[in-house]
Amino acid sequence: MAGLDLLSDQGYRVDGRRAGELRKIQARMGVFAQADGSAYIEQGNTKALAVVYGPHEIRGSRARALPDRALVNCQYSSATFSTGERKRRPHGDRKSCEMGLQLRQTFEAAILTQLHPRSQIDIYVQVLQADGGTYAACVNAATLAVLDAGIPMRDFVCACSAGFVDGTALADLSHVEEAAGGPQLALALLPASGQIALLEMDARLHEDHLERVLEAAARAARDVHTLLDHVVRQHVCEASLLLGD
Amino acid sequence: MLKSKTFLKKTRAGGVMKIVREHYLRDDIGCGATGCAACGRAHEGPALELQPQDPASSLCPRPHYLLPDTNVLLHQIDVLEDPAIRNVIVLQTVLQEVRNRSAPVYKRIRDVTNNHEKHFYTFTNEHHRETYVEQEQGENANDRNDRAIRVAAKWYNEHLKKMSAENQLEVIFITNDRKNKEKAIEEGIPAFTCEEYIKSLTANPELIDRLACLSEEGNEIESGKVIFSEHLPLSKLQQGIKSGTYLQGTFRASRENYLEATVWVHGDAEENKEIILQGLKNLNRAIHEDIVAVELFPKSQWVAPSSVVLHDEGQDEDDVEKEEERETILKTAVNEKMLKPTGRVVGIIKRNWRPYCGMLSKSDIKESRRHLFTPADKRIPRIRIETRQASALEGRRIIVAIDGWPRNSRYPNGHFVKNLGDAGDKETETEVLLLEHDVPHQPFSQAVLSFLPKMPWSITEKDMKYREDLRHLCVCSVDPPGCTDIDDALHCRELENGNLEVGVHIADVSHFIRPGNALDQESARRGTTVYLCEKRIDMVPELLSSNLCSLRCNVDRLAFSCIWEMSHNAEILKTRFTKSVINSKASLTYAEAQMRIDSATINDDTTTSLRGLNKLAKILKKQRIEKGALTLSSPEVRFHMDSETHDPIDLQTKELRETNSMVEEFMLLANISVAKKIHEEFSEHALLRKHPAPPPSNYEILVKAAKSKNLEIRTDTAKSLADSLDQAESPTFPYLNTLLRILATRCMMQAVYFCSGMDNDFHHYGLASPIYTHFTSPIRRYADVIVHRLLAVAIGADSTYPELTDKHKLADLCKNLNFRHKMAQYAQRASVAFHTQLFFKSKGIVSEEGYILFVRKNAIVVLIPKYGLEGTVFFEEKDKPKPWLVYDDEIPSLKIEDTVFHIFDKVKVRIMLDSSNLQHQKIRMSLVEPQIPGISTDISNMDINEPERKKKKLQK
Repeated sequence: MAGLDLLSDQGYRVDGRRAGELRKIQARMGVFAQADGSAYIEQGNTKALAVVYGPHEIRGSRARALPDRALVNCQYSSATFSTGERKRRPHGDRKSCEMGLQLRQTFEAAILTQLHPRSQIDIYVQVLQADGGTYAACVNAATLAVLDAGIPMRDFVCACSAGFVDGTALADLSHVEEAAGGPQLALALLPASGQIALLEMDARLHEDHLERVLEAAARAARDVHTLLDHVVRQHVCEASLLLGD
Repeated sequence: MLKSKTFLKKTRAGGVMKIVREHYLRDDIGCGATGCAACGRAHEGPALELQPQDPASSLCPRPHYLLPDTNVLLHQIDVLEDPAIRNVIVLQTVLQEVRNRSAPVYKRIRDVTNNHEKHFYTFTNEHHRETYVEQEQGENANDRNDRAIRVAAKWYNEHLKKMSAENQLEVIFITNDRKNKEKAIEEGIPAFTCEEYIKSLTANPELIDRLACLSEEGNEIESGKVIFSEHLPLSKLQQGIKSGTYLQGTFRASRENYLEATVWVHGDAEENKEIILQGLKNLNRAIHEDIVAVELFPKSQWVAPSSVVLHDEGQDEDDVEKEEERETILKTAVNEKMLKPTGRVVGIIKRNWRPYCGMLSKSDIKESRRHLFTPADKRIPRIRIETRQASALEGRRIIVAIDGWPRNSRYPNGHFVKNLGDAGDKETETEVLLLEHDVPHQPFSQAVLSFLPKMPWSITEKDMKYREDLRHLCVCSVDPPGCTDIDDALHCRELENGNLEVGVHIADVSHFIRPGNALDQESARRGTTVYLCEKRIDMVPELLSSNLCSLRCNVDRLAFSCIWEMSHNAEILKTRFTKSVINSKASLTYAEAQMRIDSATINDDTTTSLRGLNKLAKILKKQRIEKGALTLSSPEVRFHMDSETHDPIDLQTKELRETNSMVEEFMLLANISVAKKIHEEFSEHALLRKHPAPPPSNYEILVKAAKSKNLEIRTDTAKSLADSLDQAESPTFPYLNTLLRILATRCMMQAVYFCSGMDNDFHHYGLASPIYTHFTSPIRRYADVIVHRLLAVAIGADSTYPELTDKHKLADLCKNLNFRHKMAQYAQRASVAFHTQLFFKSKGIVSEEGYILFVRKNAIVVLIPKYGLEGTVFFEEKDKPKPWLVYDDEIPSLKIEDTVFHIFDKVKVRIMLDSSNLQHQKIRMSLVEPQIPGISTDISNMDINEPERKKKKLQK
C-alpha cells in the first residue's frame, strides 16, 4: 500500500506545484454596491467573499462601545455547498466562532482603530468553496474589503498557510495536503513591517523546523501581498477612470 | 515562473461526494538532457548524458535514451540495475504505478535514480503542459496511462529533434505489451520489447541471463492467485449446521505442526467429537480459537494425526507448492485404527482474534513497509504487517493485531499495535508471557483501591457480632519459605473428653471483599493469583493479600474456621464452621515445622499441636489412599535467584516433607467438609470442583510404556491404577516409578470448577472423593471467596445476594475461573521455561543424563530429572542427510540406523541454549549417548571454544 505522495522526489506536489508556490490567486474589489466595502477572492479552489460596514455607530448595546477606539466585529460563515459533502452549517458553531475571533484579532492589529473611537466596524466573511487555507483566504478577502471601504490600516494584512512534509516546508496547503494530517501553520503578516498579526498552529512540530515553516509562510504571505497590491492598484485605476479623471 | 492552467478532476466516492482538485500544468519541467538549450536551467541532480555511450545495439545504432513502461520496470528491474544500462527516462506515470504495485521495486528504482553513474532521469510528465493526458470517456486507467507514456515518448523524440541536428538523439520506448508496442510504432515512436532490445546489445550478452522469464510474469502480475476456497456466508453455515452437513466447533491449531489442527465440536454428540484438519487449504484461514464450521470428509479420506513436528519457516510469500509437498509428508501410511474424522473448514462463525505478541521478521528489502511478524505462540500463523519503523522494531517484542486474511494471501494481514521492549530482557519477557496468557496484570485501579479498608485497621465491635473469639487457641501456620500471603492456619488440642479438636482457620477474605463492588469485580476477573518465578501477580491488592488477610503470627486476624472433633483414629465426630478471630502463635516454614516435630527437646504448645496434627494427617492419608486417591508426580523445580540481579543461579527440585503432606491433608479435609455443607444447603448453586475420570484411551501410552518394561498397569479404576503404580518398581531402575507417575499425570484430565445445579457428576477422580471444592485459599483463588460466601450464608453469618443464588451466573463465573486457572498454569510454566533458559545461558553447554519420556516419529522427548527439564531431540536436520528412521507405533519405539529407542531408555544428552531464533530461544538437546554415527554429538568435540560450529550442527 502506498499512500499519497505529498512531495515527489522531483519536488512536485500532488497538484503540480513546487514547495514554495502559491495557488492561483484572483481577486476583485467592490463587488457589492450596498456595502461600504467588499471583495471577492479565489485562492485556487478556495473562494471567499468579504463585506465591510463602517465605521458606524455602535449597534445594539451601547455598553460595548470602546472609549478610545473602534470595535471590530467579525463574523465568519461558510456556505452549505462549500465542501464536498453538503452540510448545514449553523451560525455560531464552535468553528465559525473561533474563526470570527481570529479574524477580529487579526484586524484589530491592522486597522487604525483609535481613529474611530466609540464606533464599530463590521467585517462579514463567507466562504463559498473550501479547498484548504480558508483562514488565509478570509483574511486576504477582508483586507481588500477593508481597503475598499476606505478604512485606514497600518498595512495590508496578508495571510498564508504552510505545512511541513518530509523535511520540506510547503506553502499554501490545498485540502488534500491538509487532510494528510501533517502540521499546519497559519500566518497573518503585515508585509511592510514584517510584523505578525496572527500565528496559529494546532499540531506538534519540532522547534527546529518551526523557523523554516514560518519563513515559508512569510515568503508566501509577501507573494500574496504583491498580488493583492496589484489588484488594489488596478481597482483604483478603474475607479478613477470611471470618475473621469 | 508560474504559468498555470486550472483543470478540474472530478471523482465520485460513495454517493454524493464531489471532489474537485486543481492540477497545475507546468512548462518549466526539463527534459533532463544535459545541455538542452530549451530547458537548460530546469534540472538538477542526475541527468541524462548529452552523448550517451550506450552499449552498441544492433537494433538502434544511433545514440538513444530508453523509456520503459510500468511492467518492464516492475519485472525487469534486475536488468535495469545492471551497470551497462544507462540513460533511462523514468516517467512519473510509470513511477506512480510501480509505487502502487510493488514497494520493493519502487525502492530499487529510487536507488538507481539516485546513482549518478546510471544517468536515470525521472520526467514529471503528469505535471508537464504538453505531456499531460486526460482520461477519455470509456477509457480505463491502464489504457490512459499507456497513452500518457506514449505521448511522453513522442514528445521526447520531437523535443530532442529540435535540440540538435548533428547528434540525432532518439528515445526508445520499451514495452512488453504487444498492443502498446504496435500503437507506439503507428505513432512513429521507435518501440521494442525488452527482450528484443536486450538481445540486440551485442556487447553485453550476459544481460540476457538477467532477463526475467516472460512466462513467469503472468504469475507475478496477478499475485492475486487464489490459494484458499471461499468462506460461506453465515446464513448458509447456520443452515448447514442445522441440517447436520456442517459441524460447529472451536478451532485449535497444533503447536507442533502448522499444517494440522483439530476442531472440538460443540454439543453433546459422542462421535466425531474431535475432527482433524490437515493441510493449508483445509485449514482455510482459520486461526487458533476461532469458532468454525467444518465439513466432514467421507471415511475414505480420513487421516490419522501425524506425529511429525513441522514449523513454518519459509521466507517466501508464494511457495504454496512447497507447502503441498510438505503436506504429503503428513500423509504417511497409518493403520486403520488411528484414523480420525477428518474435514475442512467451510466458514468462520466467529473470529476470536486478539492482539498477539511476537517479533518482526524483517523483510529483505530495506525500505519495504511490509514485513512478516512471527507470533510467540506457535499456533498462530505468521502475520503480514505494514510498518515504517521496521528497523526500530527489529529485535523487539511487539504486539500485532490481525485485520483480515484475503483468499489470495498465504498469510493474514495485520497491523502493529505496541512495542513492549527488547527481546530477552527479563521485564519484557515477563510482560510477554503475561499478555500471551491473558493474565490481567495492570496495577489495581483507584476505583478498586477505594474499597480497601482504611488504615490503621482494627477489629471493631461490629465485626465481632457473628464471630467466635479463638484468640486463646494455639494456632500456627505452615507455609513455604518467603510466603507473605498466608491464608491457612491450624490448631489441634485435646478436649476434656479425650477427643481431639482440630481447627483449620482460613483468612476471611469475603469479609473485606463485598459482593458486587469494584474490588470484587476485579478479583473475579483475575480469578487467581499467578506465581511466576520472580514475581507474583496478586488477585487482590497487596494490603489485603500480604497484610490484613494474611494470617501472620502475633496479630489479631479475621478467619473462617472449620473445626472438627476427632477421635484419635481420625474419625470425624463433629464438624462445625464459624467465623472467628484468631491470633497465630507462629508462622513456620515446612522445614521449621518438621524440625519441631522431630526434635525431642521442644515441647511447647505449638509443637504438641503440630505433633497431634501430624499423627492425624498420617491416618487420614492412609484412609484416602485406601479409597483410591492417586499419588502423582511432576518434576517441579525451584530456582535460586541472585538477590540483586534476580537471575537464576541454581536449580533445585522441590523437596517434599511430611509437613507438606500434613498441611495438604487438612486442607483436603476442610475442602471436602465445606463442599458437603454447601451442597447440602445449596443443592442447585454450590460452587464445587470435580476431576473427571480420563477416558481409557488416555492411558494407552502409559500401559504401553510399562509393558515395554515388563510391568503391568491396570487402569480400570483409580484404586487399581494407584495400586499398580505402587507395585511398579524395578530394583535396577529406581527412577522408573517416578517416571511412570509423571506419565500418569499426563494422562489425567483437567480438574474444573462447576455449579452443582448444572452438572450431576461431582466425583473427584484424583482425590477419590465424591465431592470437593476449594475453600482454603481465598487470598489467591476467587472460587474460594464464593465458597466462603456460600458457607457464611449457610451458617447464618452473612446475608446472601441475588447473583450468589443464580446458577447461570455461577456457571459463567466457573467458566472464567477455569480459564484463568489454566492460563495461570501455562504462564507459570512459561516463566519456568524462561528462567531455565536464563540458567542455561549462564551455565553454557552441559551434558546430562535423562530418560526418554515419549517417542515420536522423528524425535524423542527426554526428561532430565536433575533440572526437571523436558526437551525434544530431533533426528532430522534440515541440511543434513536424513537418517534412516523406523517408527513403531505399537511398542512405541524409534529405530535410527541401528539403534532402537524405547520409552524410559536412559540417554545422555547435551543441553544448550539455542539463540539462533531470538523469538523462540529454546533449550536445544542433542544426543550424546548412545552414540549413533552422524547423529549424536561426539563427546570429544565438546570444546566450549567452538560455539559457532556447534550451533550450525545443532540447528534443525
